[in-house]
Amino acid sequence: MDLSAINPVLLIASLMVAATPLLLAAIGELVVEKSGVLNLGVEGMMITGAIAGFAAAVESGSPLAGFVAAALAGAVLSLLFAALTQIALANQVASGLALTLFGLGLSALMGQRYVGVKPPQMGRIDIPVLSDLPVVGRILFAHDVILYFGIALTAAVWVVLKFTRAGLVLRAVGENHEAAHALGYKVVRIRTLAILFGGACAGMGGAYISLIRVPQWTEGMTAGVGWIALALVVFASWKPWRALLGAYLFGGVTVVQLNLQAAGVAIPVEYLAMSPYLITILVLVILSADKSSAPASLGRSFHASR
Amino acid sequence: MSTSALLTLDGLTKAYPGVVANDKVSFVIGTGEVHALLGENGAGKSTLVKMIYGLVKPDSGQMTLRGQPFEPAEPRQARADGIAMVFQHFSLFDALNVAENIALGMETPPPMRDLAARIREVSEAYGLPLDPYRTVGALSAGERQRVEIIRCLLQDPKLLIMDEPTSVLTPQEVEILFETLRKLKSEGTSILYISHKLEEIRALCDHATILRLGRNVGECIPAETSARDMAELMVGTALKTPERSDREFGAVALAISDLSVPAPSAFGTALQGLQLSVRRGEILGIGGVAGNGQDELLSVLSGEVTTPREAVMFDGRAIGHMGPTARRALGVLTAPEERLGHAAAPDMSLTENALLTGSVREGLDRRGFLRWGAARSFAEAIITSFDVRTPGPENAARSLSGGNLQKFVIGREVLQRPEVLVVNQPTWGVDAAAAAAIRQALLDLAAGGAAVICISQDLDELMEISDNFAALNEGTLSPPRPTTALTVEEIGLMMGGAHGMEVAHV
Repeated sequence: MDLSAINPVLLIASLMVAATPLLLAAIGELVVEKSGVLNLGVEGMMITGAIAGFAAAVESGSPLAGFVAAALAGAVLSLLFAALTQIALANQVASGLALTLFGLGLSALMGQRYVGVKPPQMGRIDIPVLSDLPVVGRILFAHDVILYFGIALTAAVWVVLKFTRAGLVLRAVGENHEAAHALGYKVVRIRTLAILFGGACAGMGGAYISLIRVPQWTEGMTAGVGWIALALVVFASWKPWRALLGAYLFGGVTVVQLNLQAAGVAIPVEYLAMSPYLITILVLVILSADKSSAPASLGRSFHASR
Repeated sequence: MSTSALLTLDGLTKAYPGVVANDKVSFVIGTGEVHALLGENGAGKSTLVKMIYGLVKPDSGQMTLRGQPFEPAEPRQARADGIAMVFQHFSLFDALNVAENIALGMETPPPMRDLAARIREVSEAYGLPLDPYRTVGALSAGERQRVEIIRCLLQDPKLLIMDEPTSVLTPQEVEILFETLRKLKSEGTSILYISHKLEEIRALCDHATILRLGRNVGECIPAETSARDMAELMVGTALKTPERSDREFGAVALAISDLSVPAPSAFGTALQGLQLSVRRGEILGIGGVAGNGQDELLSVLSGEVTTPREAVMFDGRAIGHMGPTARRALGVLTAPEERLGHAAAPDMSLTENALLTGSVREGLDRRGFLRWGAARSFAEAIITSFDVRTPGPENAARSLSGGNLQKFVIGREVLQRPEVLVVNQPTWGVDAAAAAAIRQALLDLAAGGAAVICISQDLDELMEISDNFAALNEGTLSPPRPTTALTVEEIGLMMGGAHGMEVAHV
């Protein structure tokens, strides 16, 4: 056992990378749930985004094009969910589960040609001076664009939900859709837009795994991150910054346990592998003592005539 | 009073599949006039105001606002034209604060800080003080209504529509509301006031239009018309008042002694130091504004919430620990308030619903197998004896109108020969004729020696049928007092008075 092989600076830098897919998916789902819709299809949208982004990046040679394609693919898949739940008024839980199964199958089909292919590399941002600072430079200023985008998105969602009228309307729709309708707000339209946003975010989260974190394509490579994102939203009490905290915690424990495995600590691998899930859920359960912030219309179908 | 017409309705018609909600309705609302729209449930009042507010489009007919054709396509447009509405079931968002709720109802709200200042200013000016930063979920019913009213007032409306505004208020709170409305009227705002409480309309309104089955069946000046005449216009036939016979009270049938129950949920009410007893042959009326512990009291009586054994006594037996089925077997029956969901399963047939509460006392199952024939005849018996209008017992509960389902739900319990019957809001949303029938059934039940506890927010109903009256206020029950000796003023004070709200500074 050799713990000195673990470099704390690299550890922190890589935990941010490990956390980003989860963060992107969770922020998207947070907005969806704030509008009163429960989309359990996050895993399906992520894996579809992962392969769509991977394929687009390989074909075009541009990782950024891959992320755009992933966002589009996630949004298109979520549109299916929106049509089922908002127009056909199907059950949200069943539709979400179906979306996950569909996404897993679809991605396996789409990905057959891409197994073993190497995607183009995403460049790191290199800021002169800042990136060269010792410790801080490596941790804060030497990542890819998408990682910063994830943090910026968290801030943006927080600002929009808390301070803008659009955010207020979104929260109102999630809180009491009948009252929002009576005041003249377009419940179905607002929810559909939120679902599309959630789909795009999940798709990008998936592509982050296949293009940057791993980077390669294997079937089912999201490995339950979508489900963790769903749990994260609930345990984060629907608060963006807490979702970020939870995502970093999950990423951190994941990276630490990988390092511990590599260092040969005498704990069975299975326990180390399950530790990120356990610790994240445990901490967030403790944090989420106030359950009051759940949107009151969450998961309920809305039809104007009722 | 009314110098010029503000809004003219001409031949408005709206049909839904199978029912004409409004059939060529015409009337005129004058500027600065308080106009009452009277009618029973299902008379088409709500559809009519929804058309004025742009939520529903008329099939035919015109509206004219200040001489201009008025065809609001959506509420936004109606609001822009100076029409504001206070909804019957408050359209508020519990988790948001007062200022956010108000901002949602405005087209171009000012920044939050300015809005908060304006809310303070306007609410003080109309005698309805409100703190803009309080969460709406924590407000009382009267305060929630203030939020709705202030939301309307901030838009400087020309016409304020109020849909059954007093159904959730104590008499004192009603008085404060009326002061505010009179002040608005003196400033030239017109008010369309929807209600079926005739005395209120007589006290407040300048003019009344009466709807029956979607048609305009008459107009009157409320101050010069008796409440009885208006009621008969509304119902279309002479009203039969329930008869109460003099009854002898027997032994105490059900008693609760010094019972406290914690609140079941975050927005629920805790019951504190409950004392209650009802004798055979007695009807105990329990009044109070919604949300003061009515649902919690019902669940303690029905057995949905169990308590220490001795806290609830029936005929000298401790039943506090028993669940609903065990209590039903003894003869303690309940009919809860919410028809769709609590009292009846909406998507199950009437036969199945009859079975759900009747199986114990009517012997509708044998060794775990259902006796469908017996259940069906029981359901048919309820339908016949309570005049439930439905094609047959195989229809789903959801397909019945509110009044008919209510008759079914009450009838189902009454026909099970209860020793003690607890009802919550027995005539809520039921038309006057059906309400009279339900009240008569409760009176007959008491005359037959059963003890009846009637929880209701309709004070007139409680005055009409109950022998003793007690009020629930924030989870505590006042000591019961004989109904005949009570005045409205005293009842209001028992219900908690104005809950510390101030009277309008007019």
